[in-house]
Amino acid sequence: MLSVCRVRCARKLWGPAQTSQILNVTNMHRSVRQLLHKKVMEDNKPWALISEVGGQGYIEEVTDIMKQHFQIICLKDFLQNPLLHGPKIQAMFVWNALPATKPALLSSLPSLKVVANGGVGIDHLDVSYITSLGVKVTNTPGVVSDATADIAMGLLLASARNIVEGHQIAVNPNTTHKQCKMGVEVTGSTLGIIGMGHIGSKIAQRGKGFDMKILYHNRSRRSVEDEQAVGASYHDNMDDLLNASDFVVLAVNLTPETTGLISHRELSLMKPTATLVNISRGLVVDQDALVKALQDHPLLGLPNVLITPHVGTNTYTTTRRMVQRMVENAVAALKGQTIPNEVQPK
Amino acid sequence: MTEEKTWALVSEVGGEHGYLEELAEVLKQHFQIICYRELLEDPVLYGPKIQVLFMWKYCPAAEPMLLGLLPSLKVVVSGGVGIDHLDVPFINGLGVKVANTPSVVSDSTADLAMGLLLASARKILDGHQIAIDPKTMHIPQSLMGVEVTLSTLGIIGMGEIGYKIAQRSKGFEMKILYHNRTRRNVEDEQAVRASYCESLGDLLRKSDFVVIAVKLTPDTTGLIGHRGLSLMKPTATLVNISRGKVVDQDALVKALQSGSIRAAALDVTYPEPLPRDHPLLGLPNVLITPHIGISTYNRARRIVEKMVENAVAAVKGLPVPNEVKL
Repeated sequence: MLSVCRVRCARKLWGPAQTSQILNVTNMHRSVRQLLHKKVMEDNKPWALISEVGGQGYIEEVTDIMKQHFQIICLKDFLQNPLLHGPKIQAMFVWNALPATKPALLSSLPSLKVVANGGVGIDHLDVSYITSLGVKVTNTPGVVSDATADIAMGLLLASARNIVEGHQIAVNPNTTHKQCKMGVEVTGSTLGIIGMGHIGSKIAQRGKGFDMKILYHNRSRRSVEDEQAVGASYHDNMDDLLNASDFVVLAVNLTPETTGLISHRELSLMKPTATLVNISRGLVVDQDALVKALQDHPLLGLPNVLITPHVGTNTYTTTRRMVQRMVENAVAALKGQTIPNEVQPK
Repeated sequence: MTEEKTWALVSEVGGEHGYLEELAEVLKQHFQIICYRELLEDPVLYGPKIQVLFMWKYCPAAEPMLLGLLPSLKVVVSGGVGIDHLDVPFINGLGVKVANTPSVVSDSTADLAMGLLLASARKILDGHQIAIDPKTMHIPQSLMGVEVTLSTLGIIGMGEIGYKIAQRSKGFEMKILYHNRTRRNVEDEQAVRASYCESLGDLLRKSDFVVIAVKLTPDTTGLIGHRGLSLMKPTATLVNISRGKVVDQDALVKALQSGSIRAAALDVTYPEPLPRDHPLLGLPNVLITPHIGISTYNRARRIVEKMVENAVAAVKGLPVPNEVKL
């Protein structure tokens, strides 16, 4: 009986062809036991649903963080047998808004306790709906802030100083010595930050190093200490900030109030020499209005537009931290402990 | 009767090496401008009138042949702070002063250094190319950069520009190491929390980002070569905003190809521009900009104003504010 069991396990773990080779190995007995043991251990871990590894999902390097605490299953595998796998799943990790937390999916996860989002923005989650199912929602504020503030400054500088265009000229096989377009000064210029949350404040901190004059607009005014730390002045009226800024950086979260916050009117208030930097969400800006303001061409073809594919947190360090935080949130939720980054419905 | 303005020689207005129209206007307020091409049409007539030579982007080159045509020359004023392209002793030997424009270049150059550092670290160029590529259907998750905040920045050359780079990186909570011919004073170090590395090797070993901000001299030529690059972390980025010749370019190519360092971001190369078949141009982990350290209207204008200030002083026999004395 035991030997039959070993063969079955070996076949299940490897595959028929290798199985016969393996069964010939003298210390197969111990290795199968070890694997059985590992499998049992894994079986004791709670199951978590993820989108995929690679592609639009997680980089390979962070899956070990999840696997320390969870048995992970990809959406594709889940969908092969939702009735079998569904009830096992207690946590769902959402990365890059995937898997989409649609009712159809959620209803096939009766044991779901938590939707743990990677990233701070949760505009893609219907928090009220999810929590009404008795499922908690978490995000990862804090850990994303430095990297996102860094990319905001990177975009600001790259745009101001024509770095992308400069590179293209420098490496173009046909360049004899084409003049690079003149840029605009960053040091001593006026930086207007719309949305002075965690990320906005870190942008202000970085801007201060460039002797930028910092203006900000926020739902609520920050404390005097916070303002003085970066030399930021509050602008209750966003129009004033738009009028005065050389660089306008959007760092709000996406809500019904901030959707289309920057449209024709706001763009027309900005200086013709000003640069708009958006690291929040696309929908905060009325894109058609933006195209017109930049002068009527499709956005992709404009020479004065720099676009990056939502890489605000794309460093190994920050990505690892985000996944670690997601796992922490999910573990706490499953254990019924206080959840570090629970997102409460409004 | 309006007094004729002093004559000054420039390369050209417009064109690859010339002044933008708006900048030429600044010169014309104080000087009668003559272009190099025009001088050559009748050097015997025009040469003796010229008291000032304005150099912009190394042109016109202050070579013996040209200087020989300018018997009344009082001063060579070079836009920018670098003077490695000038044979100062030779020019002084002709009784001609040399001036540059330090300080006015520092902020802009420090800004560009940070811009290159961030663009390289966060793959902004690649990101942009993917984002606007007509074939892009999905956001790639694999486009990963390296962390800037809390990383270690090693500044080689802590002069005015190097120091301003330190000031800017402080906002990113970078740990700052520096190497310089002489140590800066304690207040300066504390203000940016920079630690002195007497050993260049030490700095290279410990840094995530190495920024070169020295001036080009015989001592700094080839300062960063095979050995230096091999000491750097394989995850490190080299940023050069000084002069191409400070780095051994062949060694750099090898280091980038072998993964001995992660990436390089260069505003300066030797020569400029690089030959079109140079290996640096084809490497995916190199960002190159065409010497745009001071390429903003504001800066360019400020530099030209400084050039004028120096030239006017020289012509009047007054002390020249930015005279280069060796």
